[in-house]
Amino acid sequence: MHRPTSLIARTAKAVVLGIWLLITVFPLYWILVTSLKPTSEIFAVPLRYLPGSPTLDHYRELFSFSSFGTYLVNSLIVSLVSGVVVTVIGVLGGYALARFHFPGRGALMLAYLVTQMIPLFIALGPLYLMMSGLELLNRLSGLMLVYVAMLVPFSTIIMRGFYERIPTALEEAAMVDGCSRLTAMVRVVVPVMLPGIAATFIFGSVQCWNELFLAIAFIDSEETKTIPVAMNSFITQYDIDWGPMAAATVVSIIPTLVLFSFARRYIVEGLTSGAVKG
Amino acid sequence: MTAVREIGSRGRSAARAARPAFDGRRARFIALCLLPGVVFVAVFTYYPMIRGGVIAFQRYNLFDLTATPFAGLENFRAVLADDRFWTALGNTGIWVFASLTFQFVLGFGLALLLRRHFRGRGLYQAWVFFPWAMSGFLIGLLWRWMFNGEFGVVNDLLIKAGLVDEPIGFLSSPGWAMTSIIVANVWYGVTFFAIMIIAALQSVPRELYEAADVDGASRVKQFVHVTLPAIRTTLVLIVLLRIIWILNFPDLIYSMTGGGPAGSTHIATTYLIEQVQNGDYGKAGAVGVFVLGLLLSFSVFYLNATRFEKARD
Repeated sequence: MHRPTSLIARTAKAVVLGIWLLITVFPLYWILVTSLKPTSEIFAVPLRYLPGSPTLDHYRELFSFSSFGTYLVNSLIVSLVSGVVVTVIGVLGGYALARFHFPGRGALMLAYLVTQMIPLFIALGPLYLMMSGLELLNRLSGLMLVYVAMLVPFSTIIMRGFYERIPTALEEAAMVDGCSRLTAMVRVVVPVMLPGIAATFIFGSVQCWNELFLAIAFIDSEETKTIPVAMNSFITQYDIDWGPMAAATVVSIIPTLVLFSFARRYIVEGLTSGAVKG
Repeated sequence: MTAVREIGSRGRSAARAARPAFDGRRARFIALCLLPGVVFVAVFTYYPMIRGGVIAFQRYNLFDLTATPFAGLENFRAVLADDRFWTALGNTGIWVFASLTFQFVLGFGLALLLRRHFRGRGLYQAWVFFPWAMSGFLIGLLWRWMFNGEFGVVNDLLIKAGLVDEPIGFLSSPGWAMTSIIVANVWYGVTFFAIMIIAALQSVPRELYEAADVDGASRVKQFVHVTLPAIRTTLVLIVLLRIIWILNFPDLIYSMTGGGPAGSTHIATTYLIEQVQNGDYGKAGAVGVFVLGLLLSFSVFYLNATRFEKARD
């Protein structure tokens, strides 16, 4: 920003950044390497930092002995559908909150913000009873309903933040040209906000992809398990079969890695535009 | 035509600001926009949360639902009489404080290093920020494997570096288990702080630094007198949010130690989840209400102590 930096300072900075990168990446590398080692090598001392004879056996085992393919599809359905619904709701609600002053607006914002602070776990028991009463246990649709509700406050507040950066003149001009407000919003404002919309969608989907406790509470059947539920059932108290577990971890990271690399910039922007949920 | 009329009414903005035009058409549009979200949140978030609060005062055991009488403070008494709860509460304090401190310091450092543009910064951030997109559950598994007492890579590296002679049972000894989950959480959470602080740093007007340069202020002085005051409000807020979030983050502990060994890594939230899994919703509700009360009083105290409102002016 100012003042030229000395060579020593620059080198020191590069070294520190390098070390932190190593610390961040190493665990991911290690789980990948583990997943590629034959079982005998996983449990061999001294440890090998590169697989001696790499194999895809654990991946094969995962998909042939467990129905990991089904879980994967379930997780994809739940994440993508919830992500879409939550984004649409956020696009609508955010618009109303950003563009209109109406009675109860402040209260609604507060009500949404509060959900980000109260531990959802208080609701876990009652939610289970509700789901069971509505016969939504072991159904992907039930899980999606709850995920959407969980993410609505976040998506709405984030979208509101994005709208506020866009001048009102944009849709006003469209409305002068004869568009209704809804048409003006969909045709003119939404296209401008596509990066923000994409970020909201990706963030929502990733949250659903990762969610564990609601899923293990509501889902118990082989047909509707999502990946976290399935992986949780691989864990028994004292024994984990680390080969397939490592493979499962790698498989379940890949979609988030892909989405994240697309949307990183927008997510960082969106996160810092007001609403925050770690 | 109606659109034109609406624009026209917008032109009279002074009148609108005082008493917003609230015709039926506009109200219908607002309702249409907000209804789906409000319904979802009311039914699937607020209702069960409030119900959870009520259940805290009922005798509510999933395995005996023949009667769910009002039980007054019985659940709270049961929770407060449970030694495991007190251990969990103490652990919650350690877990939050230690995780927060290290995440904050390291995150701040990282943000300062990443503040200025350099070649490859985008790519660097993509890698370094990635853990944030992973689930706490997976991160727990990752570290559970790395901290494995026999085949864990952490032990191997420590022995290679000559720091220890014998493998440490990181997750099997109560003292080490807490340290281990905190290390994993710090690894995970530094990114969040880094992202937020970078954004805050970038919002500080350049002119402030230029003026400080003219005055000949040193780097350290600039940091203390320009940077810190400028981002103080953001810092106060993200620290509070982070405290709440770390407290409500059982995922990592759940998959890493399951609260063990011997309850030594249970925090309030994992303890609550254990009660839910035991089917004792009454006791779970009581823990929830207790934690919520604690959080609220802490937030009020914290915002007061940091004179947050004043800082905003």
